[in-house]
Amino acid sequence: MLRKEAYAVGASANAFDEMLDADGKPRAPYRALAAWLAAQNGSDIRQKQQEADTMFRRLGITFAVYGDAAASERLIPFDMIPRVLAAAEWRFLERGIQQRVRALNAFLYDIYHQQEIIRAGIVPAEMIAGNAAFLPEMMGFDPPRNIYAHIIGTDIVRTGDGGFFVLEDNLRTPSGVSYMLENREAMMRLFPELFAGHLVAPIEQYPDMLRQTLESVAPADCDGAPTLAVLTPGTFNSAYFEHAFLADQMGVELVTGSDLMIEDGALYMRTIRGRERVHVLYRRIDDAFIDPLNFNPDSMLGVPGLFDLYRAGKVTLVNAPGTGIADDKAIYAYVPEIIQFYTGEKPILNNVPTMRCAVPEECAQVLANLQDLVVKEVHGSGGYGMLIGPHASKMELRRFAARIAANPGNYIAQPTLALSTCPAFVGSGTGLGIGPRHVDLRPFVLVGDRIRVTPGGLTRVALKKGSLVVNSSQGGGTKDTWVLED
Amino acid sequence: MLGRTAASLFWMSRYMERAENVARLTEVGYRSALTPDSGGGHRGDWQSVLQAAGCLRGFEARGFPLTADAARDYLLFDRENSSSVMSCIEIARNNARSVRTAVTREMWEALNSTWNEFAALAPGAVGPARLPEILDWIRQRTALFRGATIGTLLRDEGYHFSQIGAYLERADNTARILKMRYSVLLPSSSGEINDRSAYQWETILRSVSAHRSYRHFYQESYRPHHIAEFLVLRQEMPRSLRHCCDLICESLRHLVALTEGGESCVTFADQRFGGLCNMKVEHIMTSGLGAFLDGFINDTGELATAIGEEFHFL
Repeated sequence: MLRKEAYAVGASANAFDEMLDADGKPRAPYRALAAWLAAQNGSDIRQKQQEADTMFRRLGITFAVYGDAAASERLIPFDMIPRVLAAAEWRFLERGIQQRVRALNAFLYDIYHQQEIIRAGIVPAEMIAGNAAFLPEMMGFDPPRNIYAHIIGTDIVRTGDGGFFVLEDNLRTPSGVSYMLENREAMMRLFPELFAGHLVAPIEQYPDMLRQTLESVAPADCDGAPTLAVLTPGTFNSAYFEHAFLADQMGVELVTGSDLMIEDGALYMRTIRGRERVHVLYRRIDDAFIDPLNFNPDSMLGVPGLFDLYRAGKVTLVNAPGTGIADDKAIYAYVPEIIQFYTGEKPILNNVPTMRCAVPEECAQVLANLQDLVVKEVHGSGGYGMLIGPHASKMELRRFAARIAANPGNYIAQPTLALSTCPAFVGSGTGLGIGPRHVDLRPFVLVGDRIRVTPGGLTRVALKKGSLVVNSSQGGGTKDTWVLED
Repeated sequence: MLGRTAASLFWMSRYMERAENVARLTEVGYRSALTPDSGGGHRGDWQSVLQAAGCLRGFEARGFPLTADAARDYLLFDRENSSSVMSCIEIARNNARSVRTAVTREMWEALNSTWNEFAALAPGAVGPARLPEILDWIRQRTALFRGATIGTLLRDEGYHFSQIGAYLERADNTARILKMRYSVLLPSSSGEINDRSAYQWETILRSVSAHRSYRHFYQESYRPHHIAEFLVLRQEMPRSLRHCCDLICESLRHLVALTEGGESCVTFADQRFGGLCNMKVEHIMTSGLGAFLDGFINDTGELATAIGEEFHFL
């Protein structure tokens, strides 16, 4: 039997547990899983954990932690208890995500053309013009199918039965999809019997869907099948494994800047037979680094002149440069209005209420209630530079308040959400048990000839007891995510 | 296939082959250190081992004393020595990692687990007692990698670049070992054969793991010109120059068929190495084994450069 770390009614205080209801009974989607969990014993689970660890390490599924030279390649902890979503819950999420990405692409088109939304007085002009993520170079350009963000990761948290909130839109180069796919592979190898007892929606079609999405946005002058390539900054990038994985799964070349060249007004890669034209480049390099002639002149990662070629319609960059203006944390607060403006519909998925420190009244409110809030940098990512009020010391609060006062435009604040919990294996050795841990969810969306959402996504879990930070750089792990079919 | 991918596959296999050769040379040094010298001490042949591995200059530049411990650590673990087993495995793995899509899961796992396990070894923990075990392990792991390559890699361009890398390295290695010690194969003025020369001949054969196959093949005691023939001209001997060149030429011809390019490399290889199949060892010995080896090492270097240019290695 496994030790149950206070996995009882009310144990997770005010957080919603996705497995157990208020009476400690398993909720419907978790019934079979809960029975299976109750039948497991510690030594079998320890052995499976070992197997999983060996499997991931052998495959080289590692990520680099920036600023940590000693452990330059680490495994992301993998928790073997799947997170389960009922079919109806997923249908709701899927509709909400589709609505959101349609609106955000429409917003990007508008911002880089007529800027109707500014004229309508919904988004203030200075939020755009003064924003580092806004690329004036993109003004007036029509990308294929008018799509800017083709590959999107929408971060969602849950606080109650129907209480799903979008925490963040990732429209630049979202990562994590390879973990989603490999987690499923691992689970199918470790626990085939669990899949026999559940109708789990498959996800392995993702690479195929990615390929179709990329092919559907080939430049107009491409006749015949477009050649695709994945552009990586190289083996030292924290997500290199994913870049290689996706290129491999799609059967396309994984290139670095030095493999590419521009000749005769087209993009080519250097092959053993000489040059070969590239039509669609899935670039996993930030905007600033894709083209040293147009952007950061010190970049060694990109290709000089690539952006001009893109604007000339000779190559498609995925995602388009300049998408960051739509997932900026300061713009995030406007997304509900953005959805209404472009779709005429009410938002299906709610935002987390957000205070903008750039607005003096809201800033004063933030400073007065710092101990209850989560404060984030507008351009920060990976959980760096973030304050969790309830977990911070007096000293930390004072320091952070000073930083906000010095540069208010750089911060937003949100109430500390009671993120839902899911069961996770905790402890080790004879202390191995099951305990509730906070989770979030990143479904992956593809936008091309149509919108494709992979059922489920990547569940990130804060493995430290009570912690709300799920980022892998901060001790978070991942889980397989199951969408049950009706 | 990207030129960079071809280059990485070439270097990946080349460095794994080198790791194996350096381990074998280290074993020769270790054995000779256990063999009593006629003078009463031990032979301590580390200088020539370092030289054959192409590491002597770097070793001396670092100011290390010529002791068994220092030589062993430099050959196996020193990350600043680009030919140490550690460096070779790491370079091979980095190359594989940069072209993960071009190697099979089996190859990657063989390389990656070798790297993981070897990097976890503390040099200090590997005293003389564990050395034979470690050297065996390195040979097993390189064999596993080679087996995974032969057993699982698609026979497309990538396979042939990997083969060419491995066999160029092996040919170069055999040529360098011979060059290091060929003087002991030359007829001495006195014509006398003592146990010292017999020992040195055996050392040459051991450096290429051929001391037993020699006896099977020739059914006789060591004879210098047969040793030279075995290592240079016999296609039956898997580390001979002839055998390596045959396989390099074969892979080059496959590449020409697959890519419709690279003719000039085949022509070059045929010109320089085609003669090996008709050559007589007496001819090489008379016209000078040393000069022949110098020419050969130079030719393999030129061929590697020509392949890199022809197939856009960058």
